[in-house]
Amino acid sequence: MPETVAKIPVKVTVNGKLHSLDVEPRMLLVEFLREQLDLTGTHVGCDTTYCGACTVLLNGAAVKSCTMFAVQADGAEITTVEGMEKDGQLHPIQKAFGDAYGLQCGYCTPGLMLSTMQLLSKNHEPNEKDMRKAIAGNTCRCTGYQNVLKAMRFAAQSMKGA
Amino acid sequence: MYPRAFHYHRAGSLKDAAATLSQLGDDAKLLAGGQSLIPLMKLRFANPAHLIDLNFISGTSYIKDDNGVLRFGPLTRHAELENSAIVSKVPILHDCAAGIADVQVRNRGTIGGSLAEADPSGDWAVVLSTLATQVRCLGKNGERTVDLKDFIHDAYTTALAHDELVSEVAVKIPAKGSGGAYLAFKRAAPVYPTASAAVQLTMDGSVCKEAAIALGCVGLVAIKGNDAEAALRGQAISEKTLSAAAEAASAAADPQDDMRGSADYKRRLVGALVRRAIDIAVRRARGEQVEVSHIYA
Repeated sequence: MPETVAKIPVKVTVNGKLHSLDVEPRMLLVEFLREQLDLTGTHVGCDTTYCGACTVLLNGAAVKSCTMFAVQADGAEITTVEGMEKDGQLHPIQKAFGDAYGLQCGYCTPGLMLSTMQLLSKNHEPNEKDMRKAIAGNTCRCTGYQNVLKAMRFAAQSMKGA
Repeated sequence: MYPRAFHYHRAGSLKDAAATLSQLGDDAKLLAGGQSLIPLMKLRFANPAHLIDLNFISGTSYIKDDNGVLRFGPLTRHAELENSAIVSKVPILHDCAAGIADVQVRNRGTIGGSLAEADPSGDWAVVLSTLATQVRCLGKNGERTVDLKDFIHDAYTTALAHDELVSEVAVKIPAKGSGGAYLAFKRAAPVYPTASAAVQLTMDGSVCKEAAIALGCVGLVAIKGNDAEAALRGQAISEKTLSAAAEAASAAADPQDDMRGSADYKRRLVGALVRRAIDIAVRRARGEQVEVSHIYA
């Protein structure tokens, strides 16, 4: 093991704001967001690339931030759950999850909403299978997924005109 | 969970990465999609002192149809393959790309990384071994081409020398009249399959002219179903030939008991998957559109 490891400068745009920091290479993106930027809405669930609680958008694509190093996000744009609302208004996806009771304990919800965001950015009229496939990498142990799917349908409807 | 500390190197080109590998020796590893390597590092099963990041090299992600040969850049992500119209011309490739893990993993994981990692439960090696596939390997002394059948030697062991890397994956598009399917049985999307089967058939009417069958997750490498292929070759596809192929596939499997199931269960499962995959391959060879995605428990 190396005795001293050089920190690496990274410039990452998170929720529209540019951050320049020096990070240890082994720092995971999720820890970078939570510990360095205090954005604790991105959760650590399984920490083994399974549950998707740590899902964020990397240049618009959903990724598990526990399975990426912060140095790899250099130059990238990251969206976390904190970046979904605009001017104090909830994002239509956030509103839909509330309206459809698409959450109970809420631990998995940020990840589910960001997976929904990737889906709806590319597919404005997803069918049931598209929706199930889009959240197959997000584990929820409360809802049984029925109301999550309902929330996704609500969100797709309300975003169609947008 | 944190991996052990490591030095980070950002490669400017594939050549640069090979040279850095050669210079740093055995303690260095390449970082492609990282969807296998980073979990292994977090669990400290892998503890490289140096990581060479390939993700900032431009021009390493591409999908080309080069006169009947599909060429994939080493860092082409599974999601890019899943959404490619060119890849969809070979349905078995689409089956594979669209069924690996989940959206998030497919957005990061790469075809070159999957082959170079040679995980016994990986999907690409199984599927590509039923097609004419070549792997380009780049080292400090130049490039060479290795047939996929000679590329994977054992679990996590490939023909790559320490200072070589995968620079391209080339797959010949099967001729008209050929059809294939890949089916993996998984307990949930993010997990590795319990067992999987890839079948590519060349049909002449109802008679099978050529067959390639490979089984995944039931051995240390993808297992070639030689006897299952022989059961189909030159035969009309019927209940009898289907059963013979499925039984031969079950017999060829060499699974282990683990949390995904007993060896006996996996042997039966892989036979059933082969049977279903043959049925879909035959229909696709006839030109039918058959949508397939992995089967969840």
